[in-house]
Amino acid sequence: MSTLALYSPRLSPLHRTPAGVKLAALGALSVLLFAVPRLPVAPAALAVVVVLALGGARLTPRQLLAQLRPVWLWLVGLLAFHLVVTDLASGSLAVLRLAALVLAAAVVTATSKVADLVAVIEWLCAPLRLVGVRPGRIGLAIAMTLRFIPLVAERGARIREAQAARGATRPMFLMLVPLLVQVLQLAHTTAEALDARGADDEPPPRPLWRRS
Amino acid sequence: MSYRAADPTPARTRSKTGNGGTRDLAYVALFAAIVAVLGVIPPVAVPVIPVPITAQTLGVMLAGSVLGARRGGLALLLFLAVVAVGAPVLSGGHGGLGVFAGPTAGYLYSWPIAAFVIGWLTQLFWRRFNAGYAFLANVLGGIVVIYAIGIPFTSLYADVPLWTSFTGSFLFLPGDLVKAFIAALVADRVRRSYPVIELPARQPAHR
Repeated sequence: MSTLALYSPRLSPLHRTPAGVKLAALGALSVLLFAVPRLPVAPAALAVVVVLALGGARLTPRQLLAQLRPVWLWLVGLLAFHLVVTDLASGSLAVLRLAALVLAAAVVTATSKVADLVAVIEWLCAPLRLVGVRPGRIGLAIAMTLRFIPLVAERGARIREAQAARGATRPMFLMLVPLLVQVLQLAHTTAEALDARGADDEPPPRPLWRRS
Repeated sequence: MSYRAADPTPARTRSKTGNGGTRDLAYVALFAAIVAVLGVIPPVAVPVIPVPITAQTLGVMLAGSVLGARRGGLALLLFLAVVAVGAPVLSGGHGGLGVFAGPTAGYLYSWPIAAFVIGWLTQLFWRRFNAGYAFLANVLGGIVVIYAIGIPFTSLYADVPLWTSFTGSFLFLPGDLVKAFIAALVADRVRRSYPVIELPARQPAHR
Protein backbone atom coordinates (compact mmCIF):
# COMPACT_ATOMS: atom_id res chain seq x y z
CA MET A 1 0.00 0.00 0.00
CA SER A 2 2.75 2.41 0.87
CA THR A 3 4.86 1.77 -2.24
CA LEU A 4 2.46 3.89 -4.26
CA ALA A 5 1.89 6.59 -1.65
CA LEU A 6 3.66 9.90 -1.08
CA TYR A 7 4.45 8.95 2.56
CA SER A 8 8.08 9.61 3.44
CA PRO A 9 9.20 7.34 6.30
CA ARG A 10 11.29 9.09 8.99
CA LEU A 11 11.65 9.13 12.74
CA SER A 12 10.46 12.54 13.83
CA PRO A 13 8.13 14.24 16.32
CA LEU A 14 5.72 15.11 13.51
CA HIS A 15 5.62 11.52 12.28
CA ARG A 16 4.67 10.42 15.81
CA THR A 17 1.82 12.96 16.05
CA PRO A 18 -1.53 11.24 15.41
CA ALA A 19 -2.84 11.78 11.88
CA GLY A 20 -6.15 13.15 13.18
CA VAL A 21 -4.35 15.92 15.11
CA LYS A 22 -2.35 16.91 12.02
CA LEU A 23 -5.47 16.97 9.84
CA ALA A 24 -7.32 19.10 12.39
CA ALA A 25 -4.38 21.53 12.49
CA LEU A 26 -4.38 21.68 8.69
CA GLY A 27 -8.10 22.47 8.67
CA ALA A 28 -7.65 25.16 11.30
CA LEU A 29 -4.79 26.71 9.30
CA SER A 30 -6.88 26.94 6.12
CA VAL A 31 -9.77 28.54 8.03
CA LEU A 32 -7.38 31.00 9.67
CA LEU A 33 -5.68 31.95 6.39
CA PHE A 34 -8.96 32.75 4.66
CA ALA A 35 -10.75 34.28 7.66
CA VAL A 36 -7.90 36.72 8.40
CA PRO A 37 -6.67 37.94 5.00
CA ARG A 38 -3.99 40.27 6.43
CA LEU A 39 -0.39 40.37 5.39
CA PRO A 40 1.45 39.39 8.62
CA VAL A 41 -0.66 36.23 9.01
CA ALA A 42 0.23 34.52 5.72
CA PRO A 43 4.04 34.91 5.87
CA ALA A 44 4.00 33.93 9.55
CA ALA A 45 2.02 30.79 8.69
CA LEU A 46 4.43 29.99 5.85
CA ALA A 47 7.42 30.41 8.18
CA VAL A 48 5.84 28.12 10.81
CA VAL A 49 5.08 25.48 8.17
CA VAL A 50 8.64 25.55 6.79
CA VAL A 51 10.16 25.31 10.29
CA LEU A 52 7.83 22.43 11.15
CA ALA A 53 8.66 20.65 7.88
CA LEU A 54 12.43 20.97 8.16
CA GLY A 55 12.77 20.70 11.95
CA GLY A 56 9.67 18.87 13.12
CA ALA A 57 9.32 16.39 10.29
CA ARG A 58 13.00 16.25 9.16
CA LEU A 59 12.07 16.64 5.49
CA THR A 60 14.80 17.86 3.15
CA PRO A 61 14.52 21.29 1.45
CA ARG A 62 14.53 19.42 -1.86
CA GLN A 63 11.39 17.52 -0.86
CA LEU A 64 9.67 20.78 0.07
CA LEU A 65 10.54 22.41 -3.25
CA ALA A 66 9.27 19.33 -5.10
CA GLN A 67 5.88 19.86 -3.42
CA LEU A 68 5.68 23.39 -4.82
CA ARG A 69 6.50 22.31 -8.38
CA PRO A 70 2.88 21.65 -9.44
CA VAL A 71 1.81 25.16 -8.37
CA TRP A 72 4.87 27.31 -9.09
CA LEU A 73 3.45 28.55 -12.38
CA TRP A 74 0.38 29.62 -10.46
CA LEU A 75 2.49 31.45 -7.90
CA VAL A 76 4.37 33.40 -10.59
CA GLY A 77 1.22 34.09 -12.61
CA LEU A 78 -0.71 35.26 -9.56
CA LEU A 79 2.00 37.65 -8.49
CA ALA A 80 2.30 39.07 -11.99
CA PHE A 81 -1.47 39.44 -12.28
CA HIS A 82 -1.77 41.28 -8.97
CA LEU A 83 1.16 43.56 -9.79
CA VAL A 84 -0.67 44.65 -12.93
CA VAL A 85 -4.22 44.83 -11.60
CA THR A 86 -3.94 45.58 -7.88
CA ASP A 87 -0.76 46.03 -5.84
CA LEU A 88 2.16 44.12 -4.39
CA ALA A 89 0.52 43.66 -0.98
CA SER A 90 -2.55 41.72 -2.14
CA GLY A 91 -0.42 39.81 -4.64
CA SER A 92 2.07 38.61 -2.06
CA LEU A 93 -0.81 37.79 0.30
CA ALA A 94 -2.43 35.48 -2.29
CA VAL A 95 0.91 33.86 -3.19
CA LEU A 96 2.07 33.34 0.40
CA ARG A 97 -1.31 31.96 1.43
CA LEU A 98 -1.25 29.46 -1.42
CA ALA A 99 2.32 28.37 -0.69
CA ALA A 100 1.63 27.98 3.05
CA LEU A 101 -1.48 25.84 2.49
CA VAL A 102 0.04 23.60 -0.18
CA LEU A 103 3.18 23.02 1.87
CA ALA A 104 1.24 22.35 5.09
CA ALA A 105 -0.93 19.79 3.32
CA ALA A 106 2.15 18.18 1.77
CA VAL A 107 3.76 17.91 5.20
CA VAL A 108 0.71 16.09 6.59
CA THR A 109 0.77 13.70 3.61
CA ALA A 110 4.50 13.04 3.92
CA THR A 111 4.33 12.33 7.65
CA SER A 112 1.15 10.24 7.88
CA LYS A 113 0.84 6.57 6.91
CA VAL A 114 -1.90 5.66 4.45
CA ALA A 115 -3.49 3.30 6.99
CA ASP A 116 -3.63 6.08 9.61
CA LEU A 117 -5.27 8.51 7.18
CA VAL A 118 -7.78 5.82 6.18
CA ALA A 119 -8.58 5.34 9.88
CA VAL A 120 -9.23 9.08 10.23
CA ILE A 121 -11.52 9.04 7.17
CA GLU A 122 -13.44 6.10 8.67
CA TRP A 123 -13.74 7.98 11.97
CA LEU A 124 -14.97 11.09 10.18
CA CYS A 125 -17.51 9.00 8.29
CA ALA A 126 -18.88 7.32 11.44
CA PRO A 127 -21.95 9.63 11.51
CA LEU A 128 -22.87 8.25 8.05
CA ARG A 129 -24.09 5.20 10.01
CA LEU A 130 -27.26 7.23 10.50
CA VAL A 131 -27.95 7.18 6.75
CA GLY A 132 -27.20 3.48 6.35
CA VAL A 133 -23.49 3.46 5.48
CA ARG A 134 -21.00 1.09 7.11
CA PRO A 135 -17.88 3.17 7.84
CA GLY A 136 -15.71 0.04 7.64
CA ARG A 137 -16.73 -0.26 4.01
CA ILE A 138 -14.94 2.99 3.19
CA GLY A 139 -11.58 1.63 4.30
CA LEU A 140 -12.28 -1.58 2.37
CA ALA A 141 -13.18 0.45 -0.74
CA ILE A 142 -9.96 2.50 -0.53
CA ALA A 143 -7.88 -0.66 -0.16
CA MET A 144 -9.72 -2.25 -3.10
CA THR A 145 -9.09 0.79 -5.31
CA LEU A 146 -5.38 0.85 -4.48
CA ARG A 147 -5.22 -2.85 -5.37
CA PHE A 148 -7.25 -2.44 -8.57
CA ILE A 149 -5.18 0.40 -10.06
CA PRO A 150 -2.30 -1.84 -11.28
CA LEU A 151 -4.82 -4.51 -12.28
CA VAL A 152 -6.83 -2.13 -14.49
CA ALA A 153 -3.62 -0.72 -16.00
CA GLU A 154 -2.45 -4.24 -16.84
CA ARG A 155 -5.80 -5.14 -18.44
CA GLY A 156 -5.62 -1.97 -20.53
CA ALA A 157 -2.10 -2.76 -21.72
CA ARG A 158 -3.18 -6.30 -22.62
CA ILE A 159 -6.12 -5.05 -24.70
CA ARG A 160 -3.92 -2.58 -26.54
CA GLU A 161 -1.40 -5.34 -27.30
CA ALA A 162 -4.14 -7.63 -28.58
CA GLN A 163 -5.51 -4.89 -30.83
CA ALA A 164 -2.02 -4.12 -32.14
CA ALA A 165 -1.39 -7.82 -32.80
CA ARG A 166 -4.49 -7.91 -35.00
CA GLY A 167 -3.04 -4.98 -36.89
CA ALA A 168 -5.79 -2.72 -35.65
CA THR A 169 -5.13 0.94 -36.22
CA ARG A 170 -8.32 1.88 -34.42
CA PRO A 171 -8.71 5.07 -32.49
CA MET A 172 -7.25 4.77 -29.00
CA PHE A 173 -10.54 5.38 -27.22
CA LEU A 174 -12.09 2.22 -28.63
CA MET A 175 -9.77 0.39 -26.25
CA LEU A 176 -11.97 1.83 -23.49
CA VAL A 177 -15.04 -0.20 -24.49
CA PRO A 178 -13.54 -3.70 -23.96
CA LEU A 179 -11.68 -2.37 -20.92
CA LEU A 180 -14.88 -1.14 -19.26
CA VAL A 181 -16.73 -4.36 -20.05
CA GLN A 182 -13.87 -6.42 -18.60
CA VAL A 183 -13.82 -4.22 -15.51
CA LEU A 184 -17.57 -4.58 -14.99
CA GLN A 185 -17.21 -8.36 -15.23
CA LEU A 186 -14.30 -8.17 -12.80
CA ALA A 187 -16.51 -6.24 -10.37
CA HIS A 188 -19.00 -9.06 -10.63
CA THR A 189 -16.53 -11.80 -9.73
CA THR A 190 -14.95 -9.65 -7.02
CA ALA A 191 -18.34 -9.13 -5.40
CA GLU A 192 -18.99 -12.88 -5.48
CA ALA A 193 -15.59 -13.57 -3.93
CA LEU A 194 -16.18 -10.99 -1.20
CA ASP A 195 -19.63 -12.37 -0.41
CA ALA A 196 -18.22 -15.90 -0.28
CA ARG A 197 -15.83 -14.63 2.38
CA GLY A 198 -18.67 -13.16 4.39
CA ALA A 199 -18.56 -9.53 3.29
CA ASP A 200 -22.31 -9.29 3.61
CA ASP A 201 -22.58 -10.96 7.02
CA GLU A 202 -22.93 -7.62 8.77
CA PRO A 203 -26.13 -5.97 7.51
CA PRO A 204 -25.96 -2.23 6.85
CA PRO A 205 -27.24 -0.07 9.71
CA ARG A 206 -30.83 1.07 9.35
CA PRO A 207 -31.17 4.67 8.22
CA LEU A 208 -32.55 7.05 10.81
CA TRP A 209 -35.85 7.48 9.02
CA ARG A 210 -36.51 3.72 8.91
CA ARG A 211 -35.95 3.21 12.65
CA SER A 212 -39.03 2.78 14.78
CA MET B 1 -18.53 -6.39 -29.79
CA SER B 2 -21.33 -8.20 -28.04
CA TYR B 3 -20.40 -9.31 -24.58
CA ARG B 4 -23.21 -10.58 -22.42
CA ALA B 5 -23.54 -10.17 -18.71
CA ALA B 6 -22.10 -13.19 -16.91
CA ASP B 7 -25.05 -13.28 -14.53
CA PRO B 8 -28.37 -13.89 -16.30
CA THR B 9 -30.38 -13.21 -13.12
CA PRO B 10 -32.50 -10.08 -13.56
CA ALA B 11 -31.57 -7.32 -11.17
CA ARG B 12 -34.88 -7.27 -9.34
CA THR B 13 -34.67 -10.90 -8.22
CA ARG B 14 -31.51 -10.18 -6.25
CA SER B 15 -32.26 -9.36 -2.65
CA LYS B 16 -31.67 -5.84 -1.44
CA THR B 17 -29.10 -6.86 1.16
CA GLY B 18 -27.68 -9.73 -0.87
CA ASN B 19 -25.12 -9.54 -3.64
CA GLY B 20 -26.21 -6.06 -4.67
CA GLY B 21 -24.46 -4.12 -1.92
CA THR B 22 -21.12 -5.84 -2.38
CA ARG B 23 -21.45 -5.58 -6.14
CA ASP B 24 -22.02 -1.84 -5.94
CA LEU B 25 -18.95 -1.58 -3.71
CA ALA B 26 -16.90 -3.42 -6.37
CA TYR B 27 -18.26 -1.23 -9.19
CA VAL B 28 -17.43 1.92 -7.24
CA ALA B 29 -13.92 0.75 -6.30
CA LEU B 30 -13.11 -0.40 -9.85
CA PHE B 31 -14.30 2.85 -11.41
CA ALA B 32 -12.23 4.84 -8.95
CA ALA B 33 -9.30 2.73 -10.17
CA ILE B 34 -10.21 3.47 -13.80
CA VAL B 35 -10.18 7.21 -13.13
CA ALA B 36 -6.75 6.76 -11.55
CA VAL B 37 -5.43 4.77 -14.53
CA LEU B 38 -6.78 7.38 -16.97
CA GLY B 39 -4.62 9.90 -15.11
CA VAL B 40 -1.52 7.88 -16.03
CA ILE B 41 -2.23 8.00 -19.78
CA PRO B 42 0.27 10.54 -21.12
CA PRO B 43 -1.42 13.89 -21.68
CA VAL B 44 -2.09 14.92 -25.26
CA ALA B 45 -0.26 18.12 -26.09
CA VAL B 46 -2.38 20.23 -28.42
CA PRO B 47 -0.35 22.88 -30.22
CA VAL B 48 -2.83 25.75 -29.81
CA ILE B 49 -3.65 25.17 -26.12
CA PRO B 50 -0.90 25.76 -23.55
CA VAL B 51 -2.43 23.29 -21.08
CA PRO B 52 -2.19 19.57 -21.94
CA ILE B 53 -5.42 17.64 -22.22
CA THR B 54 -5.57 14.78 -19.75
CA ALA B 55 -7.91 11.83 -19.83
CA GLN B 56 -8.97 12.09 -16.20
CA THR B 57 -12.26 13.96 -16.72
CA LEU B 58 -13.07 11.28 -19.29
CA GLY B 59 -13.25 8.99 -16.25
CA VAL B 60 -15.66 11.37 -14.52
CA MET B 61 -18.00 11.26 -17.52
CA LEU B 62 -17.73 7.48 -17.91
CA ALA B 63 -18.37 6.83 -14.21
CA GLY B 64 -21.60 8.84 -14.37
CA SER B 65 -22.88 7.46 -17.64
CA VAL B 66 -21.99 3.81 -16.98
CA LEU B 67 -22.73 3.46 -13.25
CA GLY B 68 -25.53 6.00 -12.83
CA ALA B 69 -25.94 8.88 -10.41
CA ARG B 70 -25.36 7.32 -6.97
CA ARG B 71 -22.58 4.87 -7.78
CA GLY B 72 -20.91 7.30 -10.20
CA GLY B 73 -20.79 10.05 -7.59
CA LEU B 74 -19.53 7.60 -4.95
CA ALA B 75 -16.81 6.34 -7.33
CA LEU B 76 -15.43 9.87 -7.67
CA LEU B 77 -15.72 10.51 -3.92
CA LEU B 78 -13.73 7.33 -3.38
CA PHE B 79 -11.17 8.46 -5.96
CA LEU B 80 -10.73 11.75 -4.09
CA ALA B 81 -10.32 9.81 -0.83
CA VAL B 82 -7.58 7.73 -2.48
CA VAL B 83 -5.90 10.97 -3.59
CA ALA B 84 -6.25 12.41 -0.08
CA VAL B 85 -4.54 9.48 1.63
CA GLY B 86 -1.49 10.15 -0.53
CA ALA B 87 -1.68 8.06 -3.70
CA PRO B 88 -0.18 10.05 -6.60
CA VAL B 89 -3.00 9.19 -8.98
CA LEU B 90 -3.94 12.60 -10.31
CA SER B 91 -2.63 13.21 -13.82
CA GLY B 92 1.01 14.22 -13.71
CA GLY B 93 1.60 12.03 -10.67
CA HIS B 94 0.15 14.51 -8.20
CA GLY B 95 -1.64 13.53 -5.04
CA GLY B 96 -1.80 13.97 -1.30
CA LEU B 97 -3.62 16.65 0.62
CA GLY B 98 -1.72 19.46 -1.13
CA VAL B 99 -3.86 19.23 -4.26
CA PHE B 100 -6.96 19.97 -2.16
CA ALA B 101 -5.35 23.23 -1.06
CA GLY B 102 -4.29 24.42 -4.52
CA PRO B 103 -6.05 27.07 -6.60
CA THR B 104 -7.58 24.51 -8.95
CA ALA B 105 -8.96 22.31 -6.15
CA GLY B 106 -12.50 23.47 -6.99
CA TYR B 107 -12.35 21.35 -10.14
CA LEU B 108 -11.50 18.31 -8.00
CA TYR B 109 -14.38 18.96 -5.61
CA SER B 110 -16.73 19.29 -8.57
CA TRP B 111 -15.96 15.81 -9.94
CA PRO B 112 -18.25 13.75 -7.66
CA ILE B 113 -21.08 16.25 -8.26
CA ALA B 114 -20.43 16.17 -12.02
CA ALA B 115 -20.48 12.37 -12.08
CA PHE B 116 -23.70 12.40 -10.08
CA VAL B 117 -25.37 14.88 -12.46
CA ILE B 118 -24.22 12.94 -15.54
CA GLY B 119 -25.54 9.75 -13.98
CA TRP B 120 -28.84 11.39 -13.12
CA LEU B 121 -29.28 12.71 -16.68
CA THR B 122 -28.28 9.30 -18.08
CA GLN B 123 -30.95 7.62 -15.98
CA LEU B 124 -33.43 10.23 -17.19
CA PHE B 125 -32.61 9.41 -20.84
CA TRP B 126 -31.99 5.69 -20.25
CA ARG B 127 -34.83 4.22 -22.31
CA ARG B 128 -33.95 6.14 -25.49
CA PHE B 129 -30.28 6.51 -24.63
CA ASN B 130 -27.82 6.95 -27.51
CA ALA B 131 -24.55 8.73 -28.13
CA GLY B 132 -26.40 12.01 -28.68
CA TYR B 133 -28.11 11.97 -25.29
CA ALA B 134 -24.86 10.81 -23.72
CA PHE B 135 -23.05 13.79 -25.26
CA LEU B 136 -25.73 16.14 -23.93
CA ALA B 137 -25.41 14.65 -20.43
CA ASN B 138 -21.61 14.92 -20.59
CA VAL B 139 -21.72 18.55 -21.67
CA LEU B 140 -24.24 19.55 -18.97
CA GLY B 141 -22.71 17.51 -16.16
CA GLY B 142 -19.11 17.20 -17.21
CA ILE B 143 -18.49 20.72 -18.52
CA VAL B 144 -21.18 23.10 -17.17
CA VAL B 145 -21.17 21.71 -13.61
CA ILE B 146 -17.37 21.42 -13.39
CA TYR B 147 -16.83 24.95 -14.70
CA ALA B 148 -19.61 26.36 -12.50
CA ILE B 149 -17.79 25.08 -9.40
CA GLY B 150 -14.17 25.30 -10.48
CA ILE B 151 -14.19 28.85 -11.88
CA PRO B 152 -15.65 30.67 -8.82
CA PHE B 153 -13.40 28.59 -6.54
CA THR B 154 -10.26 29.68 -8.38
CA SER B 155 -11.40 33.27 -8.42
CA LEU B 156 -12.18 33.30 -4.68
CA TYR B 157 -9.07 31.39 -3.75
CA ALA B 158 -6.56 33.37 -5.80
CA ASP B 159 -8.32 36.69 -5.32
CA VAL B 160 -8.72 37.08 -9.08
CA PRO B 161 -11.84 38.60 -10.71
CA LEU B 162 -14.39 36.06 -11.86
CA TRP B 163 -14.06 37.13 -15.49
CA THR B 164 -10.31 36.47 -15.64
CA SER B 165 -10.76 33.01 -14.17
CA PHE B 166 -13.65 32.46 -16.60
CA THR B 167 -11.69 33.33 -19.75
CA GLY B 168 -8.66 31.36 -18.53
CA SER B 169 -10.63 28.14 -18.21
CA PHE B 170 -11.95 28.45 -21.75
CA LEU B 171 -8.61 27.16 -22.97
CA PHE B 172 -9.86 23.78 -21.77
CA LEU B 173 -13.19 23.93 -23.60
CA PRO B 174 -12.12 22.37 -26.96
CA GLY B 175 -10.46 19.46 -25.17
CA ASP B 176 -13.42 18.98 -22.87
CA LEU B 177 -15.81 18.89 -25.85
CA VAL B 178 -13.66 16.19 -27.48
CA LYS B 179 -13.70 14.23 -24.22
CA ALA B 180 -17.48 14.58 -23.89
CA PHE B 181 -17.83 13.19 -27.43
CA ILE B 182 -15.47 10.25 -26.81
CA ALA B 183 -17.12 9.41 -23.48
CA ALA B 184 -20.53 9.49 -25.19
CA LEU B 185 -19.45 6.99 -27.87
CA VAL B 186 -17.90 4.69 -25.26
CA ALA B 187 -20.87 4.89 -22.87
CA ASP B 188 -23.29 4.07 -25.69
CA ARG B 189 -21.29 0.99 -26.70
CA VAL B 190 -20.89 -0.19 -23.10
CA ARG B 191 -24.63 0.23 -22.54
CA ARG B 192 -25.36 -2.04 -25.49
CA SER B 193 -22.94 -4.76 -24.35
CA TYR B 194 -23.10 -4.62 -20.54
CA PRO B 195 -25.81 -2.35 -19.12
CA VAL B 196 -25.33 -1.65 -15.43
CA ILE B 197 -27.96 0.99 -14.71
CA GLU B 198 -31.31 -0.46 -13.67
CA LEU B 199 -34.28 1.82 -13.74
CA PRO B 200 -36.26 2.11 -10.52
CA ALA B 201 -39.44 1.79 -12.58
CA ARG B 202 -38.55 -1.84 -13.33
CA GLN B 203 -38.50 -2.73 -9.64
CA PRO B 204 -41.73 -4.07 -8.12
CA ALA B 205 -43.95 -1.40 -6.61
CA HIS B 206 -44.06 -2.99 -3.14
CA ARG B 207 -40.44 -2.62 -2.12
